[in-house]
Amino acid sequence: MNVFEKMLSIDRRWIFLAIGIAVIVPFFFPLGLPVVVTPPVESLYDAVDEIHPNDAPLLLSIDYAPATLPELEPMAMAILRHAFEKDVNVVVMTLHPAGYGLAERAMLDAAEEMGQEYGTDYCFLGFQPGTSAVILGMGVNIATVFPEDAYGTPLAEIPMMEGVRNYDDIPLVISLAGWSAAEAWVYYAYQPFGQAVGAGVTAVMATDFYPYLSSNQLVGLLGGMRGAAEYEMKIDNPDKGVQGMDSQSIIHIMIIILIVAGNIAYFGARRRKKLEEAEAA
Amino acid sequence: MGTIIWTTIGAILTLSVYSFLYKDNPFYKFAEHLVVGISAGYYLVIYYYNFIDPNVVTPVFQLRLGDQAIGFGSGAWWLALIPGLLGLLLYTRFFPKVAWVARWSLGIYVGGYAGLGLSPVMQARVIEQIGANALPLTSVTNVLIVVGLLGTLAYFFFSMKHKGILGVFARTGIVFLMVGFGASFGYTVMSRISLLIGRVSFLLHDWLHLV
Amino acid sequence: MRRQIPLALCFIAGLFMAVQYFIPHPTVQDTYEIVLGWLQTLLAFAFLLGTVSLIRMHFHKIRNRADDRAFSWVTLLGLVSMIGLGFLHPQHQLPGSPFNLMFLNVQVPIEATMFSLLAFYIASAAFRAFRARTLEATLLLVAACIVMLGRVPIGDLIHESIPAATQWILNVPNLAAKRGVMIGVGLGMMATSLKIILGIERAWMGGSD
Repeated sequence: MNVFEKMLSIDRRWIFLAIGIAVIVPFFFPLGLPVVVTPPVESLYDAVDEIHPNDAPLLLSIDYAPATLPELEPMAMAILRHAFEKDVNVVVMTLHPAGYGLAERAMLDAAEEMGQEYGTDYCFLGFQPGTSAVILGMGVNIATVFPEDAYGTPLAEIPMMEGVRNYDDIPLVISLAGWSAAEAWVYYAYQPFGQAVGAGVTAVMATDFYPYLSSNQLVGLLGGMRGAAEYEMKIDNPDKGVQGMDSQSIIHIMIIILIVAGNIAYFGARRRKKLEEAEAA
Repeated sequence: MGTIIWTTIGAILTLSVYSFLYKDNPFYKFAEHLVVGISAGYYLVIYYYNFIDPNVVTPVFQLRLGDQAIGFGSGAWWLALIPGLLGLLLYTRFFPKVAWVARWSLGIYVGGYAGLGLSPVMQARVIEQIGANALPLTSVTNVLIVVGLLGTLAYFFFSMKHKGILGVFARTGIVFLMVGFGASFGYTVMSRISLLIGRVSFLLHDWLHLV
Repeated sequence: MRRQIPLALCFIAGLFMAVQYFIPHPTVQDTYEIVLGWLQTLLAFAFLLGTVSLIRMHFHKIRNRADDRAFSWVTLLGLVSMIGLGFLHPQHQLPGSPFNLMFLNVQVPIEATMFSLLAFYIASAAFRAFRARTLEATLLLVAACIVMLGRVPIGDLIHESIPAATQWILNVPNLAAKRGVMIGVGLGMMATSLKIILGIERAWMGGSD
C-alpha cells in the first residue's frame, strides 16, 4: 500500500476528531477576525431601521425548528435587539409548531434584555397551521387568523395592535426559516398584497434566494450564521454569530485542505496504478 | 439549580447523539427514539391548543368562538363543525372497509392547496423572474446573466436534441449550473458547520461555562 | 362514490381557490376566508393522523416482540409524557412550565445535535468523494472553495479579492442558474397543480379502488 492509498483508507473517525478539535479551539483562543457587512444584510438592516418608532409594527415570523437553531436564532436576537433599540413595535408569530417555544424564548430574552413591555412594545401571536392559508388570511384580517395572542388575550385588547388590521398596517415582514416558509411569504404576502418581505434563511438555502433579492421581491436577506454575524456587526452588538465566525473560518480552510488532499491522494493512487499496470504489461 | 439540572440533561443527550460518531450504540438509539416521541407529543399539544381547540372543539361543544358566545345550530356553529367532521373523516384510513371515505377530505385539502398556489407561484417564480431578467445588454454582467439564464433553460429543455445552437446554449448552461451548485455546496458546508458550532457553544458556554 | 366524489371535490376546491384571486365580490371573498380556515383544520387533523400512525407502529413492534422494542417504549413514553404535561398542566404554554422545559432541554438539544452530525460527514465526504474528474466537477469545486473562503472573515485576510469574487459568483452565475431552475420548477409546480385539479394526477387517492 503506497502513501496515496494509505491516505484514502484513513479511518473517517480521525477526520471527525480533527473537525471537533478545530471547532473547539477558537472558543478558547478567539482570533477576533473582522466581519464585513454585505449588501443583502445592509438592505434588511435599513428596512428595519426605517420603521417608525412606536407606530406600525414589524412582523417577525420566527419559523425555524431546533434543527436550524444555531444559524437562525442569532438572527432573531439581532433583529429583535435592533427593533427594540429603535423603539419599533414587534409582532412575533410562527408558522412552525416547534417555532412556538423557540420564538417565545428569543422574544422574551431580547425583551428582558432591552427592557420592553409585553402588549405595548411587543406581542406573541403563537402558531397557526397551514402556511399559505395563514399568510393569505392575514392579508385580509390578522384577527381572523389569530383572534387571540398566544396567551389568550383578544388582539383588540392588546394596545400595540390597535389599528393593525392587515398588511396595510405592517411596514415589514421578516421570516426566519430553514424551510420553505420564507418563500411562502414571497408567494402569498408580497405577490398578492405587495407586502415588503425580508428573509433570514439557513446558508443551505441562501443561494436559492438571490433571484428574489435581485427582482426586489425581497428587501434584504440574511444567509446563515454569517448573515447573523453581519447583522450583529451592524447593530454593534457582537454575539453568537460573530463568535462562531472564528471556528467557521478554521473549518472552511480545513475542508478546502481535505478536498485538495483527497484529490491528490485519488489522482496519485490512480497514476501509480496505471504505471504499475504499464510495467506489468 | 433547576436550570443546571435541565442544562445537564440537554448536555447528556447532546453527548449521547455525538457518541454515534464513534459507532452506533444504545445511547444514541435512546436519544433518537426519545426525540421522536417527545416531538410528536409536543406538536400534538401545540396543534390542539393553538388550532383545534379554539376553532373546532370550543365552538362546537362549549358554544364559544373567541370571547363571543355562538348559538347551537347557528352559522358559526356549522362552520366549525363541518371542517371538524371533514378532519375526522381522515381517520377512516385506519378502517379498511371505509378507508375510501378519507378521500373526500383529502380531495378538498389537495385541490384547495393546489388552487391556492397556482397564481402566486406563477407570479413569483415565473413572471417576476422573467421580468427581472429583461436586462439591457449594456454591461458584461447583464449579458452574462441573460446568457446564463437562457443556457440554464436550454439545458432543461428536453423536447429537442442538444445540437447546434441549442447544444451551445445547453453547454453554456451546464457551466453556469455548476458554478451555482458550487456556491450552494460552499454554503452547505457553512450551514452544517454552523450547527456544530451551535452545539459546541452550548456545551462549552451554556453547560460548562468554560468560555 | 369512491373515486368520482373525491375527484369532484378536488376540482371544485382547486378551481375556486385558483379563481377567487380574480373575483373581488364579497360573497366569493367571504367563502374564500371560510375555505382557508377549513384547509387549516384539515392540515391540523392530518398532522394528528401522523401521530396515531406513529403510536400504532410502535405498539405493533412491542406486540411482535421486535428486537429493538425497548426503544419503542422510549418513544411511547416520550409521547405520553409530553401529552400528559401538555394536557394536565393548565399553563403548559407559559415559559418555565414542565412542558416548555422538556421541549427546550430534551427535544431541542437532540434535534439540533442530530443535524450537526452532518458537519462531520460533510468533512469526511470532502476528503473521500469530491473529485475533480471532469471540467464541470472542477468548476463546481473551484466555485465552492472560493465561496467557502469568501464567506468567512479569514477570506478577507488572505486576499481582498476573495470576498469580491464570492459576491460576483453569487450575483451573476449563481443568480442566472438559480433563476433558470426557479422558473423551471415554478412551471413544474403549476403543471402539477393543474393536473391535480383536473384529476389527471391522482396519486393522492392511493391505490386500489
